[in-house]
Amino acid sequence: MAKGKKYIIKIKEDYCKSCRLCYSRCPTNAITANPKNMKVQINDEDKCIGCLVCENICPDFAIEIFEAEDN
Amino acid sequence: MFNYDKYIRKDKFPHIWCSGCGNGIILKSSIRAIDKIGWDKNDVMTISGIGCSSRATGYLDFDSLHTLHGRALAFATGIKMAKPKMNVVVFTGDGDAGAIGGNHLIHAARRNIDITAVIFNNNIYGMTGGQYSPTTPQEFVATTAPYGHIENSFNFMELAIGAGASFAARTTVTNPKQVENFIHKGLENKGFSVIEVVSNCHVQFGRRNEMKSPIQMFDWIKERIIPMSKAEDMSEDELENKVITGVFKNIEKPEYVEEYDKNIMAKAEGE
Ligand SMILES: Cc1ncc(C[n+]2csc(CCOP(=O)(O)OP(=O)(O)O)c2C)c(N)n1
Ligand code: SF4
Ligand code: SF4
Ligand code: SF4
Repeated sequence: MAKGKKYIIKIKEDYCKSCRLCYSRCPTNAITANPKNMKVQINDEDKCIGCLVCENICPDFAIEIFEAEDN
Repeated sequence: MFNYDKYIRKDKFPHIWCSGCGNGIILKSSIRAIDKIGWDKNDVMTISGIGCSSRATGYLDFDSLHTLHGRALAFATGIKMAKPKMNVVVFTGDGDAGAIGGNHLIHAARRNIDITAVIFNNNIYGMTGGQYSPTTPQEFVATTAPYGHIENSFNFMELAIGAGASFAARTTVTNPKQVENFIHKGLENKGFSVIEVVSNCHVQFGRRNEMKSPIQMFDWIKERIIPMSKAEDMSEDELENKVITGVFKNIEKPEYVEEYDKNIMAKAEGE
């Protein structure tokens, strides 16, 4: 992974079913749980390394990762 | 980073599967595998039986058949015979493929017909309320096994290979990249391909077996995984109740529709 690459985390909140699979696996805590409903929310987008662990594990098509254009 | 939009019926989302159900992971991995092989959408047909897993076809934007319980492979065989150029992909459950549809599975394998079957193995009948399936492990509880299950399980890999499939691989929802890769390999194979994906039904299986959350079930699946390379050096006792993952078979052998055309149609038309 090239150093300094930036990523955008896109969440479809209405698709998220609070299963916890994504944020329990995120290696950098870029994403976390919304304590109100346990849906996914962004913790710190700058921490995202674009590993796609969250995107591939989400059974609900609710989280997507994009490379930031200004990379 | 992967754009699923091209392959799904967006109006059917969010899908009906329970929170954390592995079916969605298998669906997404299948889409990436189909995208990777690069088939035109109009040349793909997806076919399923009945069960939670079999609902997969309803979410995919290909020509599709959502058929009768256990009969997906029978319909798929008909489609493949009538339209040999179609790439036929079947989505089925452990009950759908192993119990009511077990006969179709072994005969599709025996013929080595060019169909790829993705078996969502969640070790239970999810849709109908948690009755045991042919892959429910011994000692686990199901609504129809309240004292713990006593039957031996089917091994889908041995079953498929024994019956004649030219491709057989097993993976689990805990490794979506591997699911994608094995399905892709299965699609590439000209012949009958079986990809068993061990999945989680925490709602009908896990809940009765002290694993009510998807994370607990993922941990249970993960701790039992033994990659094939490692399994080779282990005894049968050591491998009991383990989930051996890998490509068990990948060979070239005559494919049914091609043989039918060559040997039967050619002769019939020649007469
Ligand atoms: C002929 C027939 N018999 C029984 C049923 C009831 N039935 C629907 S789904 C199902 C089992 C589903 O189990 P599986 O194939 O493992 O799929 P899952 O729901 O676990 O994904 C059964 C018995 C039916 N629909 N049709
Ligand atoms: S891509 Fe990787 S690092 Fe970024 S949010 Fe997802 S799991 Fe975390
Ligand atoms: S994996 Fe998907 S559905 Fe589950 S908590 Fe994360 S975004 Fe929500
Ligand atoms: S009942 Fe089980 S298999 Fe069916 S959607 Fe729910 S978790 Fe998935």
